Amino acid sequence: MTSFLQQAFNGLVSGSFYALLALGLAVIFGMLRVVNFAHGAIYTLGAFGAVWLADSAGLGFWWALLLVPVALAIAGTLAERLLIHRLLALDPLYNFLLTFGIALVCQDLLRMRYGSHSQPYEHAPVTGSFDLGLFEFPRYQVFTLGLSVVVCLAVWLLLTRTRIGTIVRAAIERPELTRAFGIDTGRWVTPVFGFGVGLAALAGVLAAPMRAVNSGMGADLIITVFAVVVIGGLGSVFGSVVAGFTIGMLAALGNLYFPVLSQTSVYLLMAVVLLIRPAGLFGKEEHV
Amino acid sequence: MLDITGVSASYGEARVLDEVTLQVGDGEVVTLVGRNGAGKTTLLRCVMGLHRAMTGRVVFAGRDLTAVPPHRRARLGIGYVPDDRGIYAGLSVEENLTLPPATLASAWPLPRIYDTFPVLATRRRLPGGKLSGGEHQMLALARVLRTGARVLLCDEPTEGLAPIIVDRIGEILREVKRDGVAVLLVEQNLRFAATVADRHYLLAQGRIVESLRNAEVRQREGELLAYLGL
Ligand SMILES: Nc1ncnc2c1ncn2[C@@H]1O[C@H](COP(=O)(O)OP(=O)(O)OP(=O)(O)O)[C@@H](O)[C@H]1O
Ligand SMILES: [Mg+2]
Repeated sequence: MTSFLQQAFNGLVSGSFYALLALGLAVIFGMLRVVNFAHGAIYTLGAFGAVWLADSAGLGFWWALLLVPVALAIAGTLAERLLIHRLLALDPLYNFLLTFGIALVCQDLLRMRYGSHSQPYEHAPVTGSFDLGLFEFPRYQVFTLGLSVVVCLAVWLLLTRTRIGTIVRAAIERPELTRAFGIDTGRWVTPVFGFGVGLAALAGVLAAPMRAVNSGMGADLIITVFAVVVIGGLGSVFGSVVAGFTIGMLAALGNLYFPVLSQTSVYLLMAVVLLIRPAGLFGKEEHV
Repeated sequence: MLDITGVSASYGEARVLDEVTLQVGDGEVVTLVGRNGAGKTTLLRCVMGLHRAMTGRVVFAGRDLTAVPPHRRARLGIGYVPDDRGIYAGLSVEENLTLPPATLASAWPLPRIYDTFPVLATRRRLPGGKLSGGEHQMLALARVLRTGARVLLCDEPTEGLAPIIVDRIGEILREVKRDGVAVLLVEQNLRFAATVADRHYLLAQGRIVESLRNAEVRQREGELLAYLGL
């Protein structure tokens, strides 16, 4: 029982990262129909951004949490305007290659600068644990989980309660038709991309105090996140968040009871979901 | 109001519209009839700017639309009711209704919409995906009327609907017509078409082959139905 609760908690914490990353991928895919293969690299850059701010400017965690996502969101916006946008009209393969290339370049630049071992980051805003007798929950992990839930809820409110949210949901569901209703969907593409990038960067900053910060950290994680997005339903914002937390937890518990499957459980789940519901749990069949 | 001149269009190599020319005047309801695959939907998409015409031009209220993107066309006053009704399953009925900006002077206020379409008022909070076929069509019509569109492009609005709903759509189109709105109506149901329309164009393999008055459609109904393969 103790280890069950402990693992479930750890799983939810992993799930927070999956959810934030999957949410960004989902809004980007929904709006641009681009699978952003640079998403893992942005997460890595987010973590390194926190390290860099601490080392070179002496700015701690809270500054990093504020500045890094904003800075990377702006960089993402520029990349969208200058590069990705130009390829949107072509076969999606072009943007697949472009974003994959961007990811490799970022990863190698970090490796040139920092080598491939992990960088220390000792600026967690809270330390120690909540000791509940039978088990302990590290305070920082609880903070991460809480913040991630709050951010996901805020995005949900933004999408469901505001005019911009309605427009974005409409553009995600029927991109072409939405233009015929007097909405310049093109105007929203770049901000949405920047927003998704900002979420990935936020996840990266959150990871810095508790995960190994190295140039490969995003590449390892993002494969699972792609599986999460597929299970949740490509482009389904709600599905990506639910799948993020659920899979984080299932994978952790799977690890506890079926250690042999620890590397493959997510993909087995993905295969089963795709066999039963090819569009994912919350996905819809494509419309033009 | 709407002037289509020499519009041709294709999908890849396949030409589906060949120099189509037609006009719809203020307060006029004009139908476009033709077999499946004749190019009716493609013509509406060209007018909306969703499909690029290779030649020809579309002029709306004296303004050449060639270089105008779809969202600007909608804001100028062209309302599109697509063949699949275009309802967003994930948006509530009211969100569907208020999605297009109502910027024109002729825009219908929401109370008038709910008066005319009471069923939408009772379903306001439901997701668009939960409505019946008839309700979908009502919502699609209401949505463009709310914007105050001066030309409606309606793609087979009565298809698959119960007679009582078809009648209601007819009443609404006649009301809209009295307001001076122009309607380009794609319709296979000739009997219905004759009750709302002033004129009819017969489209075959991407060409306008005949232009008919209402009386002629009534006289030649049997022949036309046979031609349409209905
Ligand atoms: N996206 C597309 N790609 C290729 N060909 C298409 C496409 N859409 C339509 N066509 C072809 O173009 C022709 C005209 O199609 P269109 O949909 O305009 O006809 P329609 O008159 O509206 O037919 P229906 O009565 O079935 O609605 C058809 O031969 C159709 O097969
Ligand atoms: Mg059609």
